[in-house]
Amino acid sequence: MKRLSIYLMAGKKTPALAAAAVDGGADLLEIGFPFSDPLADGPVIRQAGEKALAEGMRTQACLECLAQTRARVDVPLIPMTYASILEAYGYERFRDDAAAAGASSFIVADLPLEAAPDLPRVQLVAPTTPSDRIRLAAERTDGWLYLVSLTGTTGMRETVSSQLAGLVERARAETDVPLLAGFGIATPEQAAAAARLADGIVVGSRAVEIAEAEGPEGLERYVRSLRAAVDERVEAPR
Amino acid sequence: MTSVDTGYFGPYGGRYVPETLVPALDELEAGWHEIKDDPGFALELEGLQRDYVGRPTPLYRTERLVEGKTVYLKREDLCHTGAHKINNALGQALIARRLGKKRIVAETGAGQHGVAAATVCARFGLECVVYMGSEDMARQAPNVERMRLLGAEVSPVEFGTRTLKEATSEAIRDWITNVETTHYMIGSCVGPHPYPELVGELQAVIGREAREQILSAENRLPDAVVACVGGGSNAIGLFSGFVDDDAVRLIGVEAAGAASLGTGRAGVLHGARSSLLADEDGQIADAHSISAGLDYPGVGPEHAFLRDSGRAEYVPATDEEALAAFHLLAEREGIIPALEPAHALARAVELDTGLILVGLSGRGDKDLATVLAR
Repeated sequence: MKRLSIYLMAGKKTPALAAAAVDGGADLLEIGFPFSDPLADGPVIRQAGEKALAEGMRTQACLECLAQTRARVDVPLIPMTYASILEAYGYERFRDDAAAAGASSFIVADLPLEAAPDLPRVQLVAPTTPSDRIRLAAERTDGWLYLVSLTGTTGMRETVSSQLAGLVERARAETDVPLLAGFGIATPEQAAAAARLADGIVVGSRAVEIAEAEGPEGLERYVRSLRAAVDERVEAPR
Repeated sequence: MTSVDTGYFGPYGGRYVPETLVPALDELEAGWHEIKDDPGFALELEGLQRDYVGRPTPLYRTERLVEGKTVYLKREDLCHTGAHKINNALGQALIARRLGKKRIVAETGAGQHGVAAATVCARFGLECVVYMGSEDMARQAPNVERMRLLGAEVSPVEFGTRTLKEATSEAIRDWITNVETTHYMIGSCVGPHPYPELVGELQAVIGREAREQILSAENRLPDAVVACVGGGSNAIGLFSGFVDDDAVRLIGVEAAGAASLGTGRAGVLHGARSSLLADEDGQIADAHSISAGLDYPGVGPEHAFLRDSGRAEYVPATDEEALAAFHLLAEREGIIPALEPAHALARAVELDTGLILVGLSGRGDKDLATVLAR
């Protein structure tokens, strides 16, 4: 079965949103720990991060949010953040405290493959990544590889990137670890298209938008439509 | 070739970037190492520095600035485009051409690097997009007009601090998106490896010339070399000429409200680990300076290393002190400095030492509106 990962920005409503996403069919959840200067993120997640920071979602509050989310759901929870947060908190301390709060692994968007070998984390590879680096990333990754479907930042696009098929093919040649495709996947049609290539998908910006605009019910409905799409079921009209 | 273990100055530097950019940084590093050992490149760069930029820039002995002390100014303000930024932009344009990149993205604060980037792009026929915070566009309007006249697209950045920090983030996001066709022409000795090293080497011409010139004029080395530090490229270039001369004090002057070295902590911003203005959670703090070029919460990693090693010292100057030095130089020497090097002048004139060399990194035309409004 294809895997479906949903990204949510850490915040007061996150535990309820996470439960809704899991009810809708999410297999794992990425919890964004906001950073003031998120280089890998497009406008939606950048703005969500700004808002979260304005509401006080500093590292300690994010860890508490993680623990509260863990109390609500059983799926793997993966904090996704930037190196500056770990630098300030301490890499080992962050690893240990986040694990104690229920983190299953980590994603650090600007921490290179070679850095911080003691922090188990999901590695990202991009269309620009050469095959020998994909192999190294697969060796070092924690459970699955995050395929960055396109050269660009997070956010919605018109269609699934034409770069994804080639990236999947090159990654398959190097490794057997599951491949989850993210960046630029928002609609059920895009989810289905990406899931036909990869072993699963990650949806961030659109999920963050819907969570903000429509709350847990809207998010659950949306995740359910993605679930149906990645499972190739025909979605019943509402 | 992947070099996360290289590209460090002590614990500072490195490559903290999204994976998409890592291969581009490898390509840039390889291209740079290839080109810098190429005699043809050196010859072409020297020719352009001489005929296009106007190098060597003079080392001017001030007459009336301060009594009882000898203060020399390294006149980077006399470079084509009015600041030292052109030294770096020119070198990077040659690298971009070698790498086959036809599109350039750059960030700018005061607009001096943006103008330099737009200038070399016009000269080499490259497409140029400059990201600039909307607050900086308002306070450095003449440079916005200059960039547009030179054919560059100036793209306003309307979020966050609306200054150099956000402009840099947006330039990097553009680069992530267009990495196959685009070279990121970073303006200071900041950013992921190899940029700090590359920009430092392209600016080292300032220090090489200054050392030769002061020895020729005074038959001895200066007691102190003083330069302003925002990202720190003019300072690193000037310091590089004297860093092996242990008796020469190296003094970097930061804006008091943007003292990444004086009051900062170790952190990661824009691809490098350095000393930053950040809170205890690692969130980057806002910098504040009258000078757009110094209004940046980070600094080049080599400066953080020079601070820790004790080889260079870093001191602050306030907006008011910089303004006073701005007027002093204008009235006593007939030279209108940019507000950035006015910070260096403010500390230099009060040094208790005989022979002082100050980096005058740019001219002040762009700052007239800011100064007259005070």
